[in-house]
Amino acid sequence: MTTFLGTPGFGNLRGDEPFPVAARRELRNAQMRRNVAHATRTIRAKRLVAVAECADWEELRAAGSALKRDVLARLPELLEELEANVVARGGMVHWARDAAEANQIVTDLVRAAGADEVVKVKSMATQEIGLNEHLAAQGIAAIETDLAELIVQLDNDTPSHILVPAIHRNRAEIREIFTREMPDAGDLTDEPQVLAMAARAHLRRKFLSAKVAVSGANFGIAETGTLAVVESEGNGRMCLTLPDTLITVMGIEKVVPRFADLEVFMQLLPRSSTAERMNPYTSMWTGVHPGDGPQQFHLVLLDNGRTAVLGDPAGRAALHCIRCSACLNVCPVYERTGGHAYGSVYPGPIGAILSPQLTGTRGHGDPNASLPYASSLCGACFDACPVRIDIPAILVHLRAAQVDAGHSRGQDLAMRAAAWAMRSPRRFALAERLLGAGRFFAGSDHRITALPWPGSRWTASRDVPEPPAETFRQWWARTHGGQARP
Amino acid sequence: MTASRRVVLDRIRAALAAAPADAVQVPRDYDRTPAAGPGDADRFADAVCEYRAQVHRVGTDELAATILRLLPPGARVVVPADLPADWVGGLRVVADSAENPLSSAELDRADAVVTGCALGIAATGTIVLDAGAAQGRRALTLVPDHHVCVVFTDQIVDTVPQAFAALDPLLPLTFISGPSATSDIELDRVEGVHGPRTLDVLLVRR
Repeated sequence: MTTFLGTPGFGNLRGDEPFPVAARRELRNAQMRRNVAHATRTIRAKRLVAVAECADWEELRAAGSALKRDVLARLPELLEELEANVVARGGMVHWARDAAEANQIVTDLVRAAGADEVVKVKSMATQEIGLNEHLAAQGIAAIETDLAELIVQLDNDTPSHILVPAIHRNRAEIREIFTREMPDAGDLTDEPQVLAMAARAHLRRKFLSAKVAVSGANFGIAETGTLAVVESEGNGRMCLTLPDTLITVMGIEKVVPRFADLEVFMQLLPRSSTAERMNPYTSMWTGVHPGDGPQQFHLVLLDNGRTAVLGDPAGRAALHCIRCSACLNVCPVYERTGGHAYGSVYPGPIGAILSPQLTGTRGHGDPNASLPYASSLCGACFDACPVRIDIPAILVHLRAAQVDAGHSRGQDLAMRAAAWAMRSPRRFALAERLLGAGRFFAGSDHRITALPWPGSRWTASRDVPEPPAETFRQWWARTHGGQARP
Repeated sequence: MTASRRVVLDRIRAALAAAPADAVQVPRDYDRTPAAGPGDADRFADAVCEYRAQVHRVGTDELAATILRLLPPGARVVVPADLPADWVGGLRVVADSAENPLSSAELDRADAVVTGCALGIAATGTIVLDAGAAQGRRALTLVPDHHVCVVFTDQIVDTVPQAFAALDPLLPLTFISGPSATSDIELDRVEGVHGPRTLDVLLVRR
C-alpha cells in the first residue's frame, strides 16, 4: 500500500534515511519544487490578509499558548474528566499506549461492528499510527475521503503536508491519477472544480452505505466530553453523521478544558491553516445523540510517545501544536525540499521538533536525529505559529541535547581543533594564514562551494565565505605598525 | 485496556512530577465583548457572500415566496418536521423526524432541504445548527445538494466568543461557513465537494 517503513511500535514517525540524504534527492524533483513553491506562496499571502483582519490576533495567540500550557500542566485530571463525560453521554473510551495498541483497538471495534470497510476523515493521528496499513493487513479496507488523502491513497503515495497531503501534486498530475485510478470518472479536465466533482461522485455511494467511520479530533472538551472536527469538504460531516459506528482516535494532548476555550482556537485555527475567516464545516458531538448520527461512539486516547515529550520541559511545547501547518507554509527549508524529505508524517518545522521527541533518537545514525538540523533558524515558524510554539528554541535545544549525548563527532573534532588553535597567539596567526589559502577555492561570487575532505563535510550543504585578502591582525600591523597598544 | 489507562496516566504523572509545570493564568484580553442587542446583519451578509453562498434579504412576509422562487418547480424538498408550515407554503415537502427518519437514500434523492438555524456569526459569516427548532437532525442538512437556510437578523451575534457563549455544547453542533469547499488542489479554494453545493441564506428582518 504505502512506502512508509515506519518504526516498530510508533507507526509512521521515522523515515529510513537522514534528512540531508532525502533532501538532496527531493531537491532534484523540479516539478515537486514548483508545485510546493506555488502552493505555499499562495497560502502565505492569504494568511497574512486573514490574520491582519483580527485586531486582537496577538492576544488570541497568547491565550491559545497559555491554554495549551494549562492543558499539559493538568493533563491527567483533564483526561479523566473528558473520559467520565464521554462515558456519561453514551460513548466508550479506550486508552492506547502506542501505535500497535491503538491499531488493535480500532481493528477489534471494526470487526465487532461486523464491517470489512471503513470510511475515514483525514486525521494526523491515524496517519501517525499507520492505521490504514494495519487495517489492510487485517482484511479491512480503509477509504480516505478527504480529497488530498484520496489523491495520495489512489496514487500509493505518502502525505507531504499536514493540511494538504497532496501539496506536492499539481492539477495536471491529479487529473492523471484520477483518470488512471477512477475509470468510471469519464473524461476529466484539470479544472480543480471538475476534479472535486469526480471525487464527490466516486465517494458518494461509500458515504451512504458505510457502517463504520474512523476520525481524528481537533479538540476534546474535558468539561462536557464534546469532540470537535474541523474540515472543509463535508466528507467529515458525512463520516461523523451517516455511519452507525464512529471511532475517533485522539492524541492525549488534544484535550481542552472548557467549551468556551474553543472561542480562541476556532479563531486561530482556520485563519492559520486555510487562511479563511472560518472553515466551511465544523462538527461537534457529545457522546451519542439519540436519533441523530452514530449510535455507537468510541474514543481512543493515544499516547504513542507524547508522554515522553511531556517529560522534557524545554521540548514539551511541541505538544501545543494544533496541526494548522502555518509553519510549513512559511518555512524556506520545507518550501524547497517538500514534506517527504522529513520521513515522518509530521514534516516541516513542527515535524522537526515533534518527530524526534515522539520517537526518541538512537544515536547519530537515527534519521530523526538529523531533523533538528533541517532549519536555518530564521524564526518564521515561530512568528506564524498560532499558539506561539518557539520552534527555533526547541530546535536548538534538541541539537544541544545531541551534542551533550556525544552524537556529533565531526563537529566535536572541529571545535577541539579550533580551541587548540585559538589558545596560543602564534597558532592562531598560523591558522589565519592557512585559512587564507582558502581563497584559492572561492568562485567569482567570493563564496567557497566545494572543499576537499574534511572541509567537504561542511560545503556539501553550506557555502563558506571567501576568507579576506587581509586579516584583522595583518591590517593592524600595516596601519598601526609599531604603535603602542591602546 | 484498564491496564493501558493506568500506564498512560502514570506516565503523564511521572513526566509532570519530574519536571513540574507552573500553574497557568490564561490571559483573556482578546475581544470578549458580550453581545448587546442583535449583531451586524450587513457584516454577516457580506461575509456569507464572500464564501459564494447566496444571501437574500427579505421581510417575514416575503419568506415563503422567496423560498418558492429559489427551488425549481417540482423539486423534491425535505424539511424537519417542526419547520413552520408557512415558510414552505406552495411546496410539496417531505418531513423528517426522529420518529420517522428518512433513509440516507431518500435524503440523497431529495433536491433540497429548508431549515432554520441556531445563530449566525457576523465576523466570520458562519451559520450554526444545533438540531433545535426548525433544524432537524444533522444528516438532513448534509445529504441534499441544496440547503436553503433561514436566518433571522435577531439570531446574529457579532463575534466568535459571543457565539460560544450562546451555544449549548451538549447539542450536536454544526458550523457552516459557505457551501462545501476544498483547498486541496494547489491550496486554492474551490466550492462544492461532498456537502451541499448550493447554500442559499435567507436573511429575514425581525
